[in-house]
Amino acid sequence: MKPERMVRSLGAGAAALALGLTLSSPADAADKDYTSATHHYDTYCVQCHGVNRNGQGINSVGMSVQPRDHTDAKGMGGIPDDELYNAIKNGGLSVNKSVLMPAWGGVLSDVEIRELVAYLRHVCNCGSGQ
Amino acid sequence: MKLRICIPVLAVLLVLGFEAPPARADDVLQTQCAGCHALKKPEVFDIDRLWQRQGPDLYYAGIKFNRPWLEKWLQDPVRIRPAGEFYRHHVKAGEKEDVIDEASLKPHVKLSAADAAVMADALMKLKGPADLVTPGAFKNGAVSASMGAMFFNKLRGCAACHQSKPGVGGRSGPELYSAAARLQADYIYSYMKDPQRIDPLVWMPKLDLSEPDLQRLTGYILLLGNTEGNP
Repeated sequence: MKPERMVRSLGAGAAALALGLTLSSPADAADKDYTSATHHYDTYCVQCHGVNRNGQGINSVGMSVQPRDHTDAKGMGGIPDDELYNAIKNGGLSVNKSVLMPAWGGVLSDVEIRELVAYLRHVCNCGSGQ
Repeated sequence: MKLRICIPVLAVLLVLGFEAPPARADDVLQTQCAGCHALKKPEVFDIDRLWQRQGPDLYYAGIKFNRPWLEKWLQDPVRIRPAGEFYRHHVKAGEKEDVIDEASLKPHVKLSAADAAVMADALMKLKGPADLVTPGAFKNGAVSASMGAMFFNKLRGCAACHQSKPGVGGRSGPELYSAAARLQADYIYSYMKDPQRIDPLVWMPKLDLSEPDLQRLTGYILLLGNTEGNP
């Protein structure tokens, strides 16, 4: 092997190794599990719950009831998974919360809503609430 | 002799030809609009398409817009969605709440009066699938502004995403104080009834509104343009 080609090959190997190490880090592996849910959250939820998932979306200004802060471990930890599921699928009124949280069951499938519930647990870094 | 007569005639024809080449509306639609708007019903609707499109679909513009508004707006386009289309591309975290990234929003192309008229005619011919809107669905019954406002703001939560006055209401959806001039009544009714049927996967939920709700809210939205002093 020519020296120049060997250097290139070693460089590519080092880059692949670095990439492999990066991809295999626990944080990225966890985020990868939520790719679909993250995409749905960014499409439908951010408008009210915010880019940082903290309840400070562009629609939150002037709302009579502020959107839930999904990063609030204490507040989110007390809500059972089934309640989160129902709130997303059937709207806030179905769980005795605000009408300003609409029902997304006409847009998202049951599987997608379950994925969102799991993602919310990841965002709040809190338990299942059960 | 014949040649002497022909040369001036040819010159006149050439000048006329250069001055007024009538642009075919369909060609202009394809060159000016198709880059950002779907002019034919897409074969695939998925969430990635929602993120990639640059502007609202126009393949059903003829059942959506009022032609006079369209012609006027094309000459002086102003933003209808405070956070643009698609809102997620144009919001960022602010000091407290999220803010609109104004620098990311680009102005719409502005047309001359003549071009706007041609374009409005062409757009109004785009009807989309036959069953998107039910003609005559809105009955235009009497509407109480105060009841309409209560449903819009409190009972059905429309104000969470839509503005009923400039600066009042949510910003991820289109403003509705200009909807009376902009949109056909049956389109407003049908879109509220099932937004996903007209614009699949759009970030407006299907609310399962009752028939009285649909009539009341459509009437109220049409009233906004007349009562708030807005176009």
